[in-house]
Amino acid sequence: MVTLSEKILGAPAGTYIDRRIDRAFCHDGTGIQAKIIYDAMGAPGIANPDSVYIIYDHIAPANNSQTAELQAELRTLARECGVHFWDIGSGICHQVMAEGQVAPGEVVIGADSHSCTLGALGAFATGVGASDMAGIWVSGETWLRVPDSIGIHLSGSLAKGVEWKDVALTYVARLGMDGATYAALEFIGESTPSVPMEGRLTLCNMAVEAGAKTGLFYADKETERYLAEYSVPCPMQVLENPDYVQDCYLDLADIEPVCAVPHRVDTVQPVPALAGTHLDQVFIGTCTNGRFEDLARAARILKGRRVKVRTIVVPASERDFLKAILSGVAADLVQAGCTIGPPGCGPCLGAHMGVLGEGEVALSTANRNFKNRMGVGASYYLCSPSTAAASAIYGEITDPREVV
Amino acid sequence: MTALKGSGPAVCIGEDIDTDLVIAGRYLRTKDWSFWAQHVFEDLDPSLAGRLKGAVLVAGKNMGCGSSREQAARALHEAGVLAVIAPSFARIFFRNCINVGLPLLECDLTGCTDGMIITFDCTEGWVEVDGTRYLFRPLSPRMQEILSTGGLIEYWKRRKER
Repeated sequence: MVTLSEKILGAPAGTYIDRRIDRAFCHDGTGIQAKIIYDAMGAPGIANPDSVYIIYDHIAPANNSQTAELQAELRTLARECGVHFWDIGSGICHQVMAEGQVAPGEVVIGADSHSCTLGALGAFATGVGASDMAGIWVSGETWLRVPDSIGIHLSGSLAKGVEWKDVALTYVARLGMDGATYAALEFIGESTPSVPMEGRLTLCNMAVEAGAKTGLFYADKETERYLAEYSVPCPMQVLENPDYVQDCYLDLADIEPVCAVPHRVDTVQPVPALAGTHLDQVFIGTCTNGRFEDLARAARILKGRRVKVRTIVVPASERDFLKAILSGVAADLVQAGCTIGPPGCGPCLGAHMGVLGEGEVALSTANRNFKNRMGVGASYYLCSPSTAAASAIYGEITDPREVV
Repeated sequence: MTALKGSGPAVCIGEDIDTDLVIAGRYLRTKDWSFWAQHVFEDLDPSLAGRLKGAVLVAGKNMGCGSSREQAARALHEAGVLAVIAPSFARIFFRNCINVGLPLLECDLTGCTDGMIITFDCTEGWVEVDGTRYLFRPLSPRMQEILSTGGLIEYWKRRKER
């Protein structure tokens, strides 16, 4: 039977199709490049402005005059063309789109590799580069190859102190950095109804780290509950015994807190094996783990304690930040000594606001620990928000189960 | 216009080379594409940039993984790379190469070393190195069309004129 990707795209795996795009989004980084391409095409006009979104998150606010000038040009285009525009402080594009802009069954293209995040909502969502985005601006459509699918079967439930990020790092390690190249991941199995939306977003976010085109959850009661907050209708999606090219079985009860070690996302070790590793900086945020629930997990551990190492917290969106303020989570983090940055990508991509120096070691809740990414000559470990918070207290990698 | 066939010396790099290593995040914000050619592969091996003009880049599996930055494909193109060959590519990098007019070939050339002369033909789907011809699946007609016009900018201009 058909996979969810085949159902949404309306063709069997392996077929090349031209598809009208329901939502097309980019950020300041790729948007500026898309505008250069769009101008080179002769600026022929945007075919379907209501489906186009520009969201400033990567270098937000601008770090220097050159960036500011490029951002100003794109801002002008956004206003002139009447596309949806979110300026600095709104949040990371994937999170902003997840907050009521995307519905199950839609085809969503983002000019950013982590666009697969939105598969959590039962949309077919994937990333492209700047030229493809410009092509969608001018035509409203793009070509796609309908992917094969890999079934990720979830059973059991998580042990205390273990989080969805640990599950994400574990499945990426299991598949390998190119284990799912050109394919889509479908998260299915008896445990999926109990995976909360924030966990689904984390799991789908890291699909690209295994090379996948996207990661998908079938829209269910949890999707409906989540989207009701934004008054987005939620058609249910039914699993129809799809044909997978590969299956990966994960018993959630077997998963323990892990870190991806420098410099590969698919190389993980249990946190206890790394305990005591010296840290110069902890970063809690990004499209993987900057949501309110992530900040709340960190705050539960840090409340009433004090961080021993510089700790940067960057909420994924304005909405997440506001929730953290109104609930007292932000106050707990600040009282513990954390530095809170404006909603956006923070230092994740190595362009500003917390970049590391030569020889420094960071623990981060991000999705990538590529060599030199967050600062030349530095090392990065990836982990869950609870592991990050527990480690911040001691200034070294620490098992959150020993602190909770 | 992009040449879909050509010949040049191999420059070999490893597997799982991410786009951060092709062009670092700190260099992305500019309109001057030649700037990226100066800094291409800087964090991998600074000596590479000077050896790419007229060369065929031979990579290991999963070439171009990670970030969607088109600047990675653009940097290689600006540096004068004739084609990129790897057993597998990350899919966004694959699209980006087509869109900037940089031919890529999905082919495993394990054993190829720096300086070996590589001859390729994207339309027929073959690569020759050291007297051996390797066949690979040719690019789809659409990809060949985008590539041969010189990339997506020219492709759209031409489509508009029709």
